[in-house]
Formats: sequence, C-alpha cells, structure tokens
Amino acid sequence: MDDQNYLPHVSGSSKAMVIMALGLGAILMLIVAGQTSTSAMQVHAFIMIAAFLIGILLIANMGFNTNGRIEAEKSPAGVYYNDRIIKVGVIASVFWGIVGFLVGDVIAWQLSFPGLNFDLPWTNFGRLRPLHTSAVIFAFGGTVLLTTSFYAVQRTCKARLFGEIAPWFVFWGYQLFIVLAASGYVLGITQSKEYAEPEWYVDIWLTIVWVVYLIVFLGTLWRRKEPHIYVANWFYLAFIVTIAMLHVVNNLSVPVALVESRSYSLFSGVQSALTQWWYGHNAVGFFLTAGFLAIMYYYMPKRAERPVYSYRLSIVHFWSLIFLYIWAGPHHLHYTALPDWAQNLGMTFSIMLWMPSWGGMINGLMTLSGAWDKLRSDPVLRMMVWSLAFYGMSTFEGPLMSIKAVNGLSHYTDWTIGHVHSGALGWVGFISFSALYCLVPWLWKKKSLYSLKLVNWHLWISTTGIVLYIFSMWVAGVVKGLMWRAYDSLGFLEYSFVESVVVMHWPYIFRAIGGLLYLSGALIMAYNLWKTVNDGVEEESQTTANQAIA
Amino acid sequence: MKIKHEIFEKNSMILLIATLVVVSIGGLIEIAPLFYLENTIEKVQGMRPYTPLELAGRHIYIREGCYGCHSQMIRSTRDEVERYGHYSLAAESMYDHPFQWGSTRTGPDLARVGEKYSDEWHREHLIDPRSIVPESIMPGYPFLATTDLKFKDIGRDLRANQMVGVPYTDDQVENAYADLKAQLDEFSDDYDAFIERYPTAKVRDYDGNPTRITEMDALIAYMQMLGTLVDFDLYQADEYER
Repeated sequence: MDDQNYLPHVSGSSKAMVIMALGLGAILMLIVAGQTSTSAMQVHAFIMIAAFLIGILLIANMGFNTNGRIEAEKSPAGVYYNDRIIKVGVIASVFWGIVGFLVGDVIAWQLSFPGLNFDLPWTNFGRLRPLHTSAVIFAFGGTVLLTTSFYAVQRTCKARLFGEIAPWFVFWGYQLFIVLAASGYVLGITQSKEYAEPEWYVDIWLTIVWVVYLIVFLGTLWRRKEPHIYVANWFYLAFIVTIAMLHVVNNLSVPVALVESRSYSLFSGVQSALTQWWYGHNAVGFFLTAGFLAIMYYYMPKRAERPVYSYRLSIVHFWSLIFLYIWAGPHHLHYTALPDWAQNLGMTFSIMLWMPSWGGMINGLMTLSGAWDKLRSDPVLRMMVWSLAFYGMSTFEGPLMSIKAVNGLSHYTDWTIGHVHSGALGWVGFISFSALYCLVPWLWKKKSLYSLKLVNWHLWISTTGIVLYIFSMWVAGVVKGLMWRAYDSLGFLEYSFVESVVVMHWPYIFRAIGGLLYLSGALIMAYNLWKTVNDGVEEESQTTANQAIA
Repeated sequence: MKIKHEIFEKNSMILLIATLVVVSIGGLIEIAPLFYLENTIEKVQGMRPYTPLELAGRHIYIREGCYGCHSQMIRSTRDEVERYGHYSLAAESMYDHPFQWGSTRTGPDLARVGEKYSDEWHREHLIDPRSIVPESIMPGYPFLATTDLKFKDIGRDLRANQMVGVPYTDDQVENAYADLKAQLDEFSDDYDAFIERYPTAKVRDYDGNPTRITEMDALIAYMQMLGTLVDFDLYQADEYER
C-alpha cells in the first residue's frame, strides 16, 4: 500500500490556534511577572514568555513558503517519516546526559570536600542534588524516551508521526519543563518531594505537554497498517499513561496565590509519604523501567536482527510487571510511622517483582539466540547485553533490600544510592547509549558508526566507573548501617553519628572518581556520534532501502 | 471464559484502559485506606499547627533541600530510639504538607532535634558547620544570617494550609503577620495575643540579632520545635498495634 493518504502538511487554522494559545500564555505570564512578590517567580515568568514567543515564531515559520507543505523525505517503504524531530532529540539527549552526569559528579565531590559548596545559596548540595536527579532522570532519560518512542512508533506502525505541530510542541514543551525545573531548584523553588520537586505551575505545564504526547503516540498507533500493536509500544503506552496518573495525583496541591510559586500538598504526613513513594517508586517502575524496556523490545531485536525471543513471555512480562510494580512503594517506608500492614504488603509485592523483572531480562537476552557471535563483533550489542546484566542485578538487589530485615540496615544509608545507580548507570544509561548508537547512523544515513573501537572504550571506561561507584557505596552503606547499630560491651551505642560520617570520606572519593569515569565515557560517545554525523561514510542507497523496512 | 490477548494487541484504547485499570489497583488498595482507617494517625496530646515563624522556617528548610541529607523519621528500632529519642508517630507530621521524612541520612535525623542544642549552637553551626563539628561535611549557610525574612504575605500561607486541612483558626490566619514578629520579641505588645493563639510556642530572638528578622531566625525557630510537641507521658503505644 502506498502512502498517498498522508502527505505532511500543516493547516493555517491549526497554526493560528496554537499561536493564539501561546500568545495567551505569554500575556498571562506577563501578568504574573508584574504581580508576583518573588524575583525567582519573575525569572520563571520571563523564561516562559521567551519560550512562548520563540514557539510562536517557529510555528509561524512552519510551511510558510511552501503553502503548508512540510519538507520530508519519502522513505523506501513509501512513508514520510518525521525524522527531523528524532535528530534533534538525539542531540538533546546527549547534551542532557552530559549535563546530568557532570552535576552528579560535582555534588559527589562536594560530599568529600564540603568547601566545594562555596557556602552560596545557588551552589550548595541541597539545591544541586535535585538538579542532578532531575537532569539525569527527566532531562536525559525523558528526552531519550521521547526520542526513541517517536522513532519506534513510526517504524513499527509504518506511519508518519501524528500531527505536525503537536510532536514539536511535545518536544520543546518538555525541554521548557526541564529548564523551569532546573532553574527553579537553583533559585530555591521546590516542593521538596523527591523526583517531583517542581512546583504546581510547572506540574500543570508538564501535564499539558504529557497529554499531547499521549495524543501524538495514540494518533500514530491509529495510523498503523499492521493490525497488531508491537510489544515495544505497549510498554511506551503504559509508561505514558501511568506517569500521567502518578504525576497528577502526587502533585495535587493548593498554591498560596496564582502568581506565587509556593504551594501546599493536598496530603500531609503519612498519607503524603505513601503517595509520594507510590509516585517515587513508580517513577522507577514506569519511567526508568517500562519506558526503557520498550527501548529494549525495539532496538535490541533490530540491532541483533533477530525476533524477540518469546512472544508469550512478552505478554506475561508486560502485565505482571505493570501490575506488581505499583504496589512496591511502601518498601521506602519500613519501620516508619506507616502502618505495618502497608509495609508488609509493599514488601511482599516488591519480592514478587523479582520474577517479572527477570522474565523481561531473559526475554531480552535470549533474543540473541543464534546471534551470540555478534557480541564479539558489535560493541553496541555488547552494551545492550551489559545493560540487561545490570538490570538483572539491580532488580535482584531491589527485592532483597525491600525485605524489612535487610532494609533495617540499608535504609537511610548509601547502599540505597549505590543500588539506584547500578540501575540508573548500568541499565538506563547503557540501554539509552546503545539506542543512540543505533539511531545516529540510521538517521544520518551512514554505513556505520565512526568508530566501533570508541564504543568499546566507552563501554569499558563507564563499566569501570559503575563498578567503582557501586562497590564504594556498598562498603559505605553497610559500614554506616552497622556503625549506627553497634553497641559497646556496656550496652551503649558505640559510635556517634559524626564518626560514621568520617568513615565515608574515602568511599565518597572513589564514588566521585567512578562518576568521573562514567562522564568520560559519555564524552567519548558524544565525540564518536559527532564524528559519525560529520565524517561517517555515507550509506549506499541499496542498504538504505533495507534499513528502512522496520 | 478465555480472553484472547489479541483484543489488547489490536485495540489501542482497550489496551490503554486495561493498563490504567491494572496500574490503579495497587495504589487504591494501599493508599486509600490510610485516609479512613482511624488508627492510622495516633490520638496524641500536644500537636498544634506551626506558628507563622516556624512555618516560614520550614520554607527555608525546604528551599535549601535539607531533606536531601536529613531525615525526620525515627524508626522503631532500639538503636534509633536510643540515638534520637522516641520513634516518630504519624501524628507528629499530620500538619506537614508535604511530609519531610526524607530518605537518606548523610547527616543525622532531625525529627527530635528541637531544644537539643542552644540557639547559638545552631547559629554558629549553620554559618560554619566545621567550627562546631570539625568532621562535618555539611555546606555552610552564612547567607541565612544576613538575609531578611520575607513574610509580608505569611497570612496567605496559613490560609492555604487551612484549605488543605490544617486546623488554623481564622483568628490565627488574620494575625499571622503580627504573630510572626511577636514570636521574636517577648516584650512586644502582641505577645499576650500570640501566646493565647499558640500557648506552647517559645518566644525569643532566635538569631541573636534583635535588630533584624532574618531567615536564620525562622529556620532556628522551626528546628527548635521539631519533635517537641507530643506529650509522651500520655501516649499509649499499645493502642496502636497496626
């Protein structure tokens, strides 16, 4: 079937509608800037005005000289894929990754050498820490998810991305969310909920962007020519709708005034705590797991040129993972004022979660059946296998740490930080990097990456970094936990708190070195991708045709 | 009845709705009961909403991201109780929108730090932590002592708290501005009215500089009341086996 039914174009009326909405937003923000009592909120209002005005210019320019036609290349499969947005997304992903890793390493050094806080409001650990977590999770991870999902959904549906303005609104709207969140922390705007720090108006903005994201994704699914929805898209869809639910519920709040940044959460105390960790753990479950599993389900079979190992396992994996994950939140609150029944329920489901997690890992690894030899020749595939190995490791460690007796030792210590990073650096990082390594030659039509050798260097330097990181945090966490509960022969607590801080000095230094290695790996990737785009060998048209068949 | 999985694979809206149903169950069963099970929050003597000054201090605590390193939740284990005091009750954070339990202890727990150290200790420690604790890795916050507290609109904060369920009286909301100043000066004309509205609040100049109302005043006032409200002589733990 040819694709004469859809030629990329944008209508004047839809352009006018979005421009009017953005213009209205800019006027609203001008009022806010004039009325608010804090300079931080004023800065945010001006950032939004600037963003909306740039948006208006960009939209006005769409199809301006072409009578509404949008330039797009017809793929050999006959589809006008929207690949420009993927290209921009790839560049943004690399950028945010490096920013996020850099801030992370800076704050790691601050914990070893407190002088590096400089005793200024804008540079202290307390404000930079959420900058790091949001930069890596939402800026890097989120942009990778947007980008890879926009690519995968087009290819698996053999259809152009739904809408012309909408996808760009999602992409740039999301970037605006990142800028508002990040600048807010540094200026002192936060609602203090971990991984949900942005205040109410930024939350509303993200909600709007997210709803449009869902529409773009669904709209593209509706254009599919294949009756079945591919498994990667189930995971992307679950990621999108569940994050919407979590985000909206967890951020319900009452602002002190419509022109002020501060708000008060609708929930307090114990309800607020469990709602937050229901959100927080499923930011892990649906943002950092389901979304990146979708990457695994599309990019890994593509790279290995093998079908997914087991279709049935995919189905079991999908439903059991999304059902079980949502229960796991209370394991963040063991032995606290949360009622025991909720703690026990959370622990039980966290342990069960081990099974679907490993089911997914096995499904990914076994996809290489009959293609294991490629591990020797293709370091990108090797990186994917690495990421699954780290996924398997951290999804084993997670259930272990959710057991109350273990958690009694590990909670509040750096063991948790190490656990998070084995998942984040090993699983999320590596599967993202390998997707980027796949995408750049595909999008810029190059025969291959500039250097596979550099991919290998990236892999090993970053792996060394991760190993340093998690080993030092295991040591730090277990030692700290044991010191806190150590008793001397007379039955008194043996150590003061600060003695446990002193012991952290060297583990913290090794952690910071590990982070530096990981950052170096990312810089090598950035160089390699840059060289691929600029100096890579052009693909011959024959192979282009093969590539484009999804 | 056998449901063919094809239904989900071929209909995006059915897949979407089924997903939404499946991911809703856990949260509904775990979180919803916390709002109506009566023994979730203990009945205790002494809990009161924050004074305007304490609330302003809590804003500083949140703004600087203190929760990133300090928990406010003493777990019910022997060593924690011996180190920090009585384990934290749900009732003690029932006016916290949102909670400040934290998730890590790069620094010690602060749930009962109130009245453990002098105001002067806190002041010096916040300005230069290593002047008090040489091994500390905490950032210094000297700017708090030199930044005037912005509290012109503190009444709006109490009003918003009232809207989300904190039992501030209208009287407390309307006099928030005067009450904030009164808590710093025991000789002020508003002292009696303030103590009537917040009988257990402590009145003194917290930052040692009576000429200014600084962010340091507010933060120390907040920290000095943490964990001090509940009267544990009257608390019956065995009534709350949950």
